[in-house]
Amino acid sequence: MVTKDIYVFAQQTDSVFENVVFELLSEARKLCDTIRSSRPDFNVVAVLLGHHVKASANALFEHGADQVIVCDHKSLAHYSTEKYTDVVSRIITTYHPDSLLIGATVVGRDLAPRIAARVDTGLTADATKIEIDPTGEHPTQLWITRPAFGGNLFGTIVCPNHRPQMSTIRPNVLDSDFFQHGRTGEIIEFGFEDETETLVKFLQRIPKEEHGVNIAKARIIFSGGRGMSGHFDLLEECARSVGGVVAASRGAVDMGEAPKDVQVGQTGKTVRPTLYIACGISGAVQHTAGMDKSEYIIAINKDPQAAIFSVATLGIVGDALEILPHLAEEIRKLQQHSES
Amino acid sequence: MNIVLLVKQVPDTTEMKIDKVTGTLIRTGVPTIINPDDLAAVEEALILKEKYDARITIVTMGPPQAEEMLREILGRGADEAYLLSDARFAGADTWATSTTLAAFLKTLPYDLILAGRQAIDGDTAQVGPQTAEKLHILQVTYVEEIIKLENGRMIVKKAYETFSEILEVPLPCLLTTLNTMNQPRGMNVYDAWRAYQKPLTKITFDDLDLPLSQVGLKGSPTQVKKTFTRTIQAGSLNENLSSRDAAKLIASTLKAYME
Ligand SMILES: Cc1cc2nc3c(=O)[nH]c(=O)nc-3n(C[C@H](O)[C@H](O)[C@H](O)COP(=O)(O)OP(=O)(O)OC[C@H]3O[C@@H](n4cnc5c(N)ncnc54)[C@H](O)[C@@H]3O)c2cc1C
Ligand SMILES: Cc1cc2nc3c(=O)[nH]c(=O)nc-3n(C[C@H](O)[C@H](O)[C@H](O)COP(=O)(O)OP(=O)(O)OC[C@H]3O[C@@H](n4cnc5c(N)ncnc54)[C@H](O)[C@@H]3O)c2cc1C
Repeated sequence: MVTKDIYVFAQQTDSVFENVVFELLSEARKLCDTIRSSRPDFNVVAVLLGHHVKASANALFEHGADQVIVCDHKSLAHYSTEKYTDVVSRIITTYHPDSLLIGATVVGRDLAPRIAARVDTGLTADATKIEIDPTGEHPTQLWITRPAFGGNLFGTIVCPNHRPQMSTIRPNVLDSDFFQHGRTGEIIEFGFEDETETLVKFLQRIPKEEHGVNIAKARIIFSGGRGMSGHFDLLEECARSVGGVVAASRGAVDMGEAPKDVQVGQTGKTVRPTLYIACGISGAVQHTAGMDKSEYIIAINKDPQAAIFSVATLGIVGDALEILPHLAEEIRKLQQHSES
Repeated sequence: MNIVLLVKQVPDTTEMKIDKVTGTLIRTGVPTIINPDDLAAVEEALILKEKYDARITIVTMGPPQAEEMLREILGRGADEAYLLSDARFAGADTWATSTTLAAFLKTLPYDLILAGRQAIDGDTAQVGPQTAEKLHILQVTYVEEIIKLENGRMIVKKAYETFSEILEVPLPCLLTTLNTMNQPRGMNVYDAWRAYQKPLTKITFDDLDLPLSQVGLKGSPTQVKKTFTRTIQAGSLNENLSSRDAAKLIASTLKAYME
């Protein structure tokens, strides 16, 4: 069986796409353009499931899809493991994609393993890097790299004899830099004649306690660890004055210094701000896994051996409780300077 | 009610160090533990057992030393254990792991299967859903609370990134649990003693109705091409600065990023 095309699962809620969809499309676009030198027939294909979602396909073309397979049905209006596994698996057995990329969101990590088990193929989990076989031997073979052992070890995974090559990919890690306004493509409608109810019933949605800040979207993050306990107000002051937000290590969250939804790391959020300032954080791999893609990292720690310094662009050995008040003052000076 | 728990013995990854010379993981001397998400599942099973009079069977695929972990969970209150151990199972990816587990689970009575959301070594979170698929049963992943069991249906709370959902799922089903959902109870001397009074059965490849081509490394669609540890290139490290000079240095960098 000849397989072709890179498929991307276009996760959406009420026609609003997860940002990771655009990250995956950009990445698929790059991979596809490389593969086309040996397989000019390859396309980037987005797979869009939902109800009344066809109009949103345009955004997928603009972000890099050549084709969009749309399956529009009322029983797909909300994500359901059963229905989505059925439809995506049938799309795979109908069109034979060469690879399928899915965002490593809660939905993606519920759906992808189920599909891979149904169509009997390999699935790489929660990847952070995708490349084409660097040896040049197999021009469509993906080499997919992912952290394991709590971020202590990286593995490069291949799926040589099964198709599609599947992977979930961690949000916020790849760039979503491809965008062409007005770019269009072909819509393929995929029929679904299922009138059965889902067996797992949705009863109620409960919002998580809202703390008003979304650290995943912030440009500047002042992050505090156990070394800042009792003094998070210092971080607040600096962050506020530069339009940034405050985040925390799990050590600090566990001590009640900050809410759980601003925790950075393996069991918290992955952030990628332009500037990350780590204060009193030791730099455990479970923490750095969530922030080491930041553009510029400043670390302040008393201990010159602290692991955080190994990911820092600028490391300061010193007492954060003393440095931050001075920093607040320096920021004030800078602002007065720019106003006058 | 029959509850089956899927459990995995894992190295305590927080205790892991990297060999600075070879750049490889040092695994010797690292203590092994029950995977944290699985320990939460054990506790949930014990709570269900108290409420609904369930029988708890624990199943693991792993090396012979995983027996220690099974004994510990028997001590905590599980009724029976199975250790799937065979050199031919070694090197399995999640597809082969779940295929093997499912082949064995088909031989057991079960209403509810509990697995951890994710193992802290392989970190894939795939074995639970793939086992459910191989058994053709329903699943709910990322369960943060088991609310109740009513008329053969579980009412559970599932965690999403920014909200939670209450879902109702009929038995039989598989749930994957988060380690934050409960505080596992402690163990005492009596527990340790009774762990050895309960049945623990070893299962090998020959006991399963599976072709050799579907187990272990050879039965795995994915292959680990290479592994490596992070190559660290640290930036500049500034020691012995006064607090004021340190603040000035940071501010000079910060300036470029301010609006
Ligand atoms: C399965 C698992 C998942 C995890 N997930 C996460 C996660 O998502 N995010 C996360 O952050 N952690 C996570 N952890 C925990 C992680 O391993 C660390 O324990 C945690 O990150 C430590 O937090 P910390 O750096 O604040 O505290 P510590 O490790 O205690 O470090 C405090 C640091 O502050 C420094 N310090 C103290 N006083 C000062 C001062 N006045 N000025 C400057 N420096 C000072 C000290 O030198 C020290 O380096 C996880 C662990 C496990 C097992
Ligand atoms: C560096 C590295 C990277 C890897 N990457 C991948 C990959 O991308 N894709 C892939 O398919 N495989 C991968 N593997 C192989 C994978 O780690 C093994 O298949 C492993 O046995 C199961 O995966 P896990 O540890 O991620 O378990 P998870 O799927 O995270 O475990 C979830 C739950 O399933 C249950 N469970 C898991 N394993 C067992 C078991 N042996 N017995 C009983 N219950 C169990 C437990 O309840 C556990 O909490 C990788 C291995 C390494 C060393």
